[in-house]
Amino acid sequence: MPNNKKKPKHLIKDGIRLDGRTAKELRPTHMEVEVLHRADGSALIEMGRNKIVVAVYGPRELHPKHFARPDRAVIRCIYRMATFSVDERKSPAPARREIEISKVIREALEPAIFVEYFPRTTIDIYIEVLQADGGSRCASINAASLALANAGIPMRDLVSAVAAGKIDGQIVLDLNDIEDKEGEGDMPMAIIPRAKKITLLQLDGTFTPTEFEEAINIAIDGTEQIYQLQREALVKKYADIRHEVEPELIEEEEVEED
Amino acid sequence: MTSHEVISVIERRHIISLLEHGKRFDGRAVTEFRPHEIEVGFIKKADGSAHVRLGNTQVVVGVKTDVGTPFPDTPDTAVFTTVAELIPLASPTFEPGPPNENAVELARVVDRGVRESKCIDLTTSADMVFIAGEKVRIVFLDMYILDYDGNLFDACALGAAAALLTTKIKKGSVNTETGEVELLDERIPLPLAREKVPVSTTFARINQYQVIDPCLAEERVMDGRITFSITEEENIVAVQKGQPGYFHYEDILTMCKLAQEKISELQKLLRSEVEKS
Amino acid sequence: MTIFIEKHTIVVPGTLLARGDYRAMRGTFQDGDEIFSSVVGLADARGQYVSVVPLQGGYYPAEEDVVIGVVTGVGLTSWHLDIRAPYDGILSVSNFLERDRERGFTPRETDLTKFLTVGDAIFAKIIVFDRTRDPLLNTHDRGLGKLTGGRIIEILPSKVPRIIGRKGSMINMLKRETKTRILVGQNGRIWIHGKNFEDEFLVVFAMQKIEREAHTAGLTDRIAELIREEKVKIETRRHENA
Repeated sequence: MPNNKKKPKHLIKDGIRLDGRTAKELRPTHMEVEVLHRADGSALIEMGRNKIVVAVYGPRELHPKHFARPDRAVIRCIYRMATFSVDERKSPAPARREIEISKVIREALEPAIFVEYFPRTTIDIYIEVLQADGGSRCASINAASLALANAGIPMRDLVSAVAAGKIDGQIVLDLNDIEDKEGEGDMPMAIIPRAKKITLLQLDGTFTPTEFEEAINIAIDGTEQIYQLQREALVKKYADIRHEVEPELIEEEEVEED
Repeated sequence: MTSHEVISVIERRHIISLLEHGKRFDGRAVTEFRPHEIEVGFIKKADGSAHVRLGNTQVVVGVKTDVGTPFPDTPDTAVFTTVAELIPLASPTFEPGPPNENAVELARVVDRGVRESKCIDLTTSADMVFIAGEKVRIVFLDMYILDYDGNLFDACALGAAAALLTTKIKKGSVNTETGEVELLDERIPLPLAREKVPVSTTFARINQYQVIDPCLAEERVMDGRITFSITEEENIVAVQKGQPGYFHYEDILTMCKLAQEKISELQKLLRSEVEKS
Repeated sequence: MTIFIEKHTIVVPGTLLARGDYRAMRGTFQDGDEIFSSVVGLADARGQYVSVVPLQGGYYPAEEDVVIGVVTGVGLTSWHLDIRAPYDGILSVSNFLERDRERGFTPRETDLTKFLTVGDAIFAKIIVFDRTRDPLLNTHDRGLGKLTGGRIIEILPSKVPRIIGRKGSMINMLKRETKTRILVGQNGRIWIHGKNFEDEFLVVFAMQKIEREAHTAGLTDRIAELIREEKVKIETRRHENA
């Protein structure tokens, strides 16, 4: 379908990108927890023009039973993009790209979840991208962490993700769609922040080893900002609870070994 | 925390005994819709879109348009196609995979209302039929259920109407040499006859009672369901009875009248939301 | 030895709670000599024990808990129950029937649906639960068994202690003030049976308020006051309608 998209001359000029950001600036990001009523946990994220909703169900019984593992929960993750989420309407059927992304997202979140607490169950993570604009897998991971916490699923930490990339020879943080398409490289990363354990790392493009190291560092800085936003979104939901607890009540509650 | 959707006998009896006293389990009157909201322009990349809340039910509707070939048996008609996705986010009972019979029925009922009302000009507009037999506008109406708490029919019909009414399509210009259609940056509204746009009202029959806008708990005990799609100029353009149950014929006429009243309220809300945008 | 959070602050997974000679209790985990929160909740430290009261999450079965389950499946010799947990509960015939009735039971000749069928709600106790199998229930204790009439509501399991109150103070007040029968399952399901809808609705209304304000002081008195006010309103409405 002939399209009038003109390729821009510069993606970054004098340190300013097409959308007005500087090299290390995140797009405006907003997260909200418990946006759905049926799901056990849910979250919505808007990261730039990305708009993604995530629902978590579980831990729950897995059918057929032979897929279940006797010693831990199975994690299932499905990432899908709505037909209207991109410029050209996408077919509703899952594309190979979505299948790969589902897998790497699952592998990014799983190390943070205490799966051994729930043998013979499944924890299902459903991601629907309502609008995509570059970096949707990272935004999905950020929202999925919140949805898992909202579902009360015990985790070692949240998982925070952002992409670094290369445009016009410069390493920048958080590529949007046009920077991803027209730039020279894209590197999404997810990290368990406290332990500094990287659980997702992909790269496509051309980076020298120095550029690669710079990209990793910029991405790690970026995830620190994301982590802050995630924690605020979780706490905000309960901010209006007064928490003066009757001391006698705490004694009544069971104190168990973990 | 489970994917069981077994409703307990106690809950069923509770809903029914409340109805015997003219009450509903969430406090509404039997002819009352739940609180509802429409937000248009929810998805900027779509040509038109709406997010609808109906009680706890949430749907997102997006319209995307393109240029393509018409169906061989209707060469001078633009193409309009509707899909509904009951995605697993929305309910522990929705499984991943292609649309099942419920998703297909939902899409076809919403589609029927829009198509039979002829609210979209699919034939006479030069922005819809570029070259008869070769190049026409394709209009995709895609509805995603995000949160299922009953009555997807009305939520989707409302979302579809709001999305279509705020859809802006790129103007097309025919290149007479190549026979290709170029889409320009300039946008125009989708050619629509406002007064023909339908929305719907759905009833559930529980024993001898009919309730409007069933929530999930009521759907789980209902014996029958019926949806009426009605336009602003009060024509009935689609009706669908669902569930393996029956309705008494006198009740059908009563419900239809009630639907007309309810729909004129919904149409007013639709008008004001669309005008705001 | 350091505690890093103030008591009753809201914490999220991964929040550092303490370092040193402490014991990691509910809602926390230990890594080296540091203790972190594993869930969203209210942090608490008492002496050596560091814990987090979860503000979200479903029910995790424990032996000796009484729960309200709904029958979802009928087998040859047992029923499957939804107990709002990651696992279904199993109630076998011998754990349901009294010993003498059991003698007349033969799987080949007796249809289990005679006793309990899909949709029935049961108040039962978890007698066995370990990591290798689904929780086993029984209804032998007094007060357990099939529930009929009334209505069932669901609340967050972590709020159940507040609904019960210290030595039952809250739940007994509710029963007294509304003259209803109330059974509370540790899995957050509550059965309410009153003389009429208004009384039952009053209990539901009170419980939803307790759920929202669980972690505040003076709640029992506030709820009692609320109920008295609502009862006056109901009486006034009755007189107006009469």
